[in-house]
Amino acid sequence: MSGLHGCEGCPVAALPITGATPRLVALVGPPNSGKSTLFNRLTGLRQKVANFPGVTVEQRRGRARLEGNHREVVLIDLPGVYSLIPRSEDERVTRDVLAGEMAGTPKPDAVLLILDSTNLNRHLVLAAPVLSLGLPTLVVLNMADELADRGGAVDPEALATRLGVPVALVSASRGEGLEMVREFLSGAVGLPPSLDLPVLADIPKCRQWAVAMGDKAGYSQPAPPVWTRRLDAVFLHPVAGPLIFLAVVVAVFQTIFSAARPLMDAVDHAVSASGAWLSAVLPASALKSLLIEGVWGGVGSVVIFLPQILLLFLFIGLLEDSGYLARAALIADRTMRKAGLQGKSFLPLLSAYACAVPAVLAARTIENKRDRIATILIAPFMTCSARLPVYTLIIAAFLPERPLLGPFLGTRAAAMLGLYVLGFVAAFGTARLLKSSVLKSDGAPFLLEMPPYRRPTLRQIALRMYDRAKIFLRRAGTVILGVAVVLWILAHLPLSGGKMPEIANSVAGTIGRLIEPFVRPLGFDWRIGIGIVMSLAAREVIVGTLGTLYGMDPKAGSEGLQAALRHDLTPGGAVALLVFFAFAMQCLSTVAVVRRETGGWKWPAVQFAYMGLLAYSGAFIANRLVTLFLG
Amino acid sequence: MHAPAVSTNPASLDDLAVGESGVLSSIDLPEGDANRLMELGFLPGARITAARSAPGGDPRVFRVDGTEFALRRDTARKLRVEAGKEGAP
Ligand SMILES: Nc1nc2c(ncn2[C@@H]2O[C@H](COP(=O)(O)OP(=O)(O)OP(=O)(O)O)[C@@H](O)[C@H]2O)c(=O)[nH]1
Ligand SMILES: [Mg+2]
Repeated sequence: MSGLHGCEGCPVAALPITGATPRLVALVGPPNSGKSTLFNRLTGLRQKVANFPGVTVEQRRGRARLEGNHREVVLIDLPGVYSLIPRSEDERVTRDVLAGEMAGTPKPDAVLLILDSTNLNRHLVLAAPVLSLGLPTLVVLNMADELADRGGAVDPEALATRLGVPVALVSASRGEGLEMVREFLSGAVGLPPSLDLPVLADIPKCRQWAVAMGDKAGYSQPAPPVWTRRLDAVFLHPVAGPLIFLAVVVAVFQTIFSAARPLMDAVDHAVSASGAWLSAVLPASALKSLLIEGVWGGVGSVVIFLPQILLLFLFIGLLEDSGYLARAALIADRTMRKAGLQGKSFLPLLSAYACAVPAVLAARTIENKRDRIATILIAPFMTCSARLPVYTLIIAAFLPERPLLGPFLGTRAAAMLGLYVLGFVAAFGTARLLKSSVLKSDGAPFLLEMPPYRRPTLRQIALRMYDRAKIFLRRAGTVILGVAVVLWILAHLPLSGGKMPEIANSVAGTIGRLIEPFVRPLGFDWRIGIGIVMSLAAREVIVGTLGTLYGMDPKAGSEGLQAALRHDLTPGGAVALLVFFAFAMQCLSTVAVVRRETGGWKWPAVQFAYMGLLAYSGAFIANRLVTLFLG
Repeated sequence: MHAPAVSTNPASLDDLAVGESGVLSSIDLPEGDANRLMELGFLPGARITAARSAPGGDPRVFRVDGTEFALRRDTARKLRVEAGKEGAP
């Protein structure tokens, strides 16, 4: 295939192919039509793609990789919209960018309108407002593979003739038919059409227009997705549905614990073996101590958790890419309603299991402002992946592994599950509190498009895990390394007579003693106190901090972090620490993003104080109760 | 696939049993909400089929033009249907 399907007789002009400023091309289309997939194909970037509507909520720019010598082309991936009249914050981004009203983004020079060819009657409606913008436009009919598989057909050339703009039939995920898109981007430009468009405010008229356009382009709708119907019969079954939901959750936890174990042990082994080797070959010096105690002790104890985090993301990826997530939101709507929210809040909350930052952003898809704020405020209660190392460390140190449900669920996985439930319950209670008081509202009706199930591709999942690994290791190499080095320095100052002090007399020890009275009631000693303060930057820092602090202690250093913790922490203190981390908002990135998304310091301040208070009192009570019961 | 049965005398979408279909006649919702539904294909005259619902019966899933959307029952009650008449495909 080559050559644009231009319309006969309609003017096609070539814009100047060189110029100082890059050509800005916006990707517009309904949600889940494959905009980000196409963006990734054309730019080589890895914008998040998943099989449910509302994945992209921000604009993202990237330079198109094109061959030949021509003006630079910058693509803008945008949130999906059903029309150009926004009803939520993400839709507003698209409208503003297209209108040239987005600060920092010039008005685009051209548009790629991406439509799902298996849903053309509905998606073509968006062509009316987009074409009326008067920008050079290429209509991209995506999912050509699915259309053909399900026996549908469309003639792009005929559609181009009707619409007065070029039309390409492509499969973004397979990379088929993209020559035409590249050609459009490199300069051949359909001039804005002067077409008889329907009155945009008249939605039924627009729809009639779209159907007529489709008819004239020989559009035949594909057969219903048979597999989707079959799978829904199981996943939405009144009895089997919720059971499968539960089974999936349990399987995720058990795998994170048991299947990750050998891999984690391998990393652990590599870290300690290389540490031992290093300490054998290096001459005794301050540098050696910094390397062994600071870097190996601090960063090494966090890196061990990489396999576990990757497994978690493997599961999240499978759920998101398959389309099961939208069904989970449907099942969860009843529960969400009891909290005063709706099923749409469930999608951001689910993504908070990975990290609260994208979850806070994803709340943009919620139309009702108060519902959106409530969702943002409760998102950090969901157990994010940064809590995983802390939970795993404490649970593994204090709870012996025993089977609970045969091979399906062990004590440790159950404890982990319990902590996830604890976070959810806190979120639920907080939402109820907010929605029955300050954030009371009627809310927009719950309305969610159910995407067809799609087979997750190995490539997609592998790339995601690779990106995750990079993010995790980068954090270990920056934040955690930085904190470990600072801590090591604080623990070795002040020098007295050229000699390093005992840790208790060091600056770190002094600070620790200042903190200790505040954390004593929770069952923590000064080391945990320092760990908590340091982990304000990011939760997993506490693991690195404890790794460094215990690594320096000649007594504890040899027994390993878990044994050292068992030595220093009572069971009451251990449970209290878990509760503290379940509730506290120890994450500066989340505070920053909440400030940005709510437009001020009010909500992040309220949130931080509330979560801190809950964490402190929760940990206090937990410590008392456990100590009481265990004598 | 068999042709969907037509409900005997439904008043709203919520009265359609699973597999039944009806023709939408009007939407009793605030304009913004109604417009969004219309953009998605819930247009007066469109034939809408009740598909599965979430376990527990709420929200329900409705099929219009080959795509499925989840709606809560209290919203579905605001979408009036007339049975029997031929609707737009
Ligand atoms: N079969 C098939 N699936 C595709 C194609 N293009 C994209 N997909 C899938 O469609 C789903 C949605 O893709 P995205 O690129 O995230 O869609 P989007 O338009 O960016 O969605 P939002 O950001 O939510 O508006 C993903 O599961 C993709 O893998 C295609 O050409 N064929
Ligand atoms: Mg996207």
